[in-house]
Amino acid sequence: MVTNVTNFGRSGLYDWVIQRLTAVVLAVYFVFFLSYLLFNPDVNYQQWQALFSTTWMRIASLLALLAICAHAWIGLWTISTDYLTSDMIGAKATVIRFLFQTGCVVLMFIYLVWGIQILWGI
Amino acid sequence: MLVSLYRYNPETDTKPTMQDYELDLPAGKDLMVLDVLELLKRKDVSIAYRRSCREGVCGSDGMNINGTNGLACITPVSSAAKGGKLILRPLPGLPVVRDLVVDMAVFYKQFEKVQPFLINDQPTPAIERLQSPEDREKLDGLYECILCACCSTNCPSFWWNPDKFIGPAGLLQAYRFLADSRDTATDERLANLEDPFSVFRCRGIMNCVAVCPKGLNPTRAIGHIRSMLLQRAT
Ligand code: SF4
Ligand code: SF4
Ligand code: FES
Repeated sequence: MVTNVTNFGRSGLYDWVIQRLTAVVLAVYFVFFLSYLLFNPDVNYQQWQALFSTTWMRIASLLALLAICAHAWIGLWTISTDYLTSDMIGAKATVIRFLFQTGCVVLMFIYLVWGIQILWGI
Repeated sequence: MLVSLYRYNPETDTKPTMQDYELDLPAGKDLMVLDVLELLKRKDVSIAYRRSCREGVCGSDGMNINGTNGLACITPVSSAAKGGKLILRPLPGLPVVRDLVVDMAVFYKQFEKVQPFLINDQPTPAIERLQSPEDREKLDGLYECILCACCSTNCPSFWWNPDKFIGPAGLLQAYRFLADSRDTATDERLANLEDPFSVFRCRGIMNCVAVCPKGLNPTRAIGHIRSMLLQRAT
């Protein structure tokens, strides 16, 4: 058993399941999005606003937002522990990796709050 | 025939070099790569490599032959040196002890971690632990591994985290004991594999399957382990 404190779930299995579930959520959301644009090529501001003020669209968008944050975090955490290691970049690896991971978390959090503000600000 | 050989002696050399040898091969015979090495060694006794059985069963002479990991003793020169030049390097990703000899310590460490032996907490029977032919069949494609390390040293995930990711060879053996009907430590074994590194660093690119000289499929075994972990948790 390899332990690691910066991984929130502390379990490869949870990460793996979350990564797949969020991928499905994102795929469904973007397929819907694309097909909406495809079937309404000359969508105007009123229609666009109406779409996003429905509760179901807000729920779906929030879900997609959460999914993208979780998905990105797991992906970037994995990348950082693959490439930002002492084998790859030397003695300062732990500091650099930690900074990178902190940066990712902060960025994800900002996107989340910002996204919620946008969704509920319409 | 032109043979380009990786030469490195960490005690005297500052960095590895490729040394070229021109070698006359006996006509009308398709030698194995190991035969070529033996001929070279007669010319230059300082060349270091491992070998033992010379028939693909001991797993000592895993090396990188023209860019592909394989056993020198069962790789014909004709199929390896397509461009007329044989290029021999040590298995990638492991520390080099000398020339083609690598330090396998970290590879064995990962093997050791999966507890590659039968664990059974029931009283020992008088003669033997029986297994039905069907249950025995489940071990086919798993037990044949000769630990040559061709697969693990061809796996990017193992290159990046050789101390944390068990690697295809170790995981194939992990599954060999998970699949064994006589083993009673399944739960404990799975618990040890659940972290983000041991199994889940596998990205399923099948580099391991591509080079296994025994034709084994570690990726499939890893998939089975993942399903077992999922079943255990849901
Ligand atoms: S399938 Fe998995 S174990 Fe095999 S080479 Fe790819 S990452 Fe490594
Ligand atoms: S699985 Fe195949 S390549 Fe890997 S160590 Fe075993 S025999 Fe060698
Ligand atoms: S020498 Fe034994 S496997 Fe090649």
